[in-house]
Amino acid sequence: MMSAVPAEIANHGATYAPEEPGGDVWVLNLGPQHPATHTTLRHVLELDGERVLSCTVHIGYLHSGFEKLGEHLNYNQYVVVTERMNYISPMANNITWHHACEKLFGLDLTPRCKAIRTIIAELARIQDHLLCVGAAGLDLGGYTAFIYPFNARETIYDLLEEISGARFHNSYTRVGGLMNDITPEWPAKVKRFVTAELPQALEDLEKLLTRNRIFIERTKGIGYLSHDDAIDWGWTGPLARASGVRRDLRKDEPYLCYADNWDGQGSSGVAFKVPISTGCDSYARYLIRLAEMRQAVEIILQLVDNIPAGPVDVLPEGKVTLPEKNEVYFSIEGLIHHFEQIMTNRGHRPPVGECYGATETANGEQGFFIASDGGNTPYRARCRPPSFINYQCFPELVVGHQVSDVIAVLSGLNIIAAELDR
Amino acid sequence: MNETAHADPVVELLVQTFPDIDFAPAPLLAKPGGKDEQVYVRVPADRLVEVMRFLRRDERCSFEQLCDVTCVDYLNFPKARDRYGVIYSLLSLSKNRRLWVKCFVNDPKPEAPSVTCIWRGANWLEREVWDMFGVRFSGHPDLRRILTWEGFEAHPLRKDYPLRGKGERENFERITRESA
Repeated sequence: MMSAVPAEIANHGATYAPEEPGGDVWVLNLGPQHPATHTTLRHVLELDGERVLSCTVHIGYLHSGFEKLGEHLNYNQYVVVTERMNYISPMANNITWHHACEKLFGLDLTPRCKAIRTIIAELARIQDHLLCVGAAGLDLGGYTAFIYPFNARETIYDLLEEISGARFHNSYTRVGGLMNDITPEWPAKVKRFVTAELPQALEDLEKLLTRNRIFIERTKGIGYLSHDDAIDWGWTGPLARASGVRRDLRKDEPYLCYADNWDGQGSSGVAFKVPISTGCDSYARYLIRLAEMRQAVEIILQLVDNIPAGPVDVLPEGKVTLPEKNEVYFSIEGLIHHFEQIMTNRGHRPPVGECYGATETANGEQGFFIASDGGNTPYRARCRPPSFINYQCFPELVVGHQVSDVIAVLSGLNIIAAELDR
Repeated sequence: MNETAHADPVVELLVQTFPDIDFAPAPLLAKPGGKDEQVYVRVPADRLVEVMRFLRRDERCSFEQLCDVTCVDYLNFPKARDRYGVIYSLLSLSKNRRLWVKCFVNDPKPEAPSVTCIWRGANWLEREVWDMFGVRFSGHPDLRRILTWEGFEAHPLRKDYPLRGKGERENFERITRESA
């Protein structure tokens, strides 16, 4: 087992000198369609035997102009596009987008909406980490570790379907609220999931991988990135925390129920720990994700039994969201409100200016920088995509390793190409 | 100049250290109340690297992380005088503080200095801004297009580029079974 990182890997430059100068250098094209890249990425690897001498990354295969689309859709419509970025945890994108929008509009959510959004954000984190950890097993030959967590993910899809009507792309949030309230049975179902089903799934996963000799040997010491380098390259989220960076937006810039006094009655924010590792390698990234799922369960358990009563929408004076259909059909005010929202030259107008809102999603800090010229669509809707920023130091991570380690590093990073290219 | 923005300790330090630059500090979003304010400063392109290096290295600032680099094309934006605003979002982990730096550049040759020498993480972010807005970064080690393909002429996030494109999709060379 490789316990420490060899000096030549820890202190590598951009390339790695071949063992035999003047020897044959192979060029291997990995991707864009390859089972181990999971999505559409392409790496051109220069190989000396099995060693990687250099790696060039080509991205952009899934670029579909999401940011341009954002300039032509209004603040409620664009949520449909955001969740196609990180489709492994779609709801997290919805929450981030509207978190940024509400900063722009200057809205404060109702306590009930905050609690529901926090529960969903944590479910999305579990959803994302389960797939990432499972895929890490899959790429290293452990197919079981990929299939087992899918039972739990399936239940999360069921839970999200119950409240939003859609399994995959939920579009559940709205500016200042939610599409609709949760069903009365939903909290009990979430509780059953996090107390009965998920712990079992995590235990299975842990038994399959954590002390699995093949898994450890393939991931320990692989893809090493030190604390300072991780900060310099802009890493956030579980990847940064696996390199010992103490940073979690839920603690450092608290929002939703992570902030104190979230219900306006002096409640303290939800209690949880931020797992940090100094392993700096793929194995540490796996352990951090596992620990984060356990903390997510803690957070959900604190909230699920006492979701505050009351409305889920703030419905401010300017009326940002569409009214209930009942009001549209049976009251003239509702009808006027509905038309004002639908007509392109009407609607709720934000102030002129810019703002940045970010949340801690499963991949790291996802944020939106919105520039508004006072119209009913954003002037610019920039997404800070964690995958894009986490991925750019990939050549640094793999140069000097073997070809098979490229796969182990890639699956530890959890790169979602739709978010990478947008 | 906004009073609350000027009260920001980092901005004050900047004004003291570089008295010849007009930083014009202001909140990104002018809000009544002024709670949770996000402050930006303007830096001219020729002084950018110097100021950024100070923000990164000086212990009183210590912005260790470049959180994001993006650009806004202020073509028809209300009260805008310059066309492109390259926006750097800086983050200090040790002090848990953020600062936005805006560098305005204009046609016909929009160009800003690269900050890859200060934060390595700026590499792809600057490539994306070049690709999407056509703002060049002098001193960038590898300024290629990143999301679109080599040979693509336009810069799609500019405001004068239409949403449906300029026929690139329709005119893209198709390889059929016969011609391959």
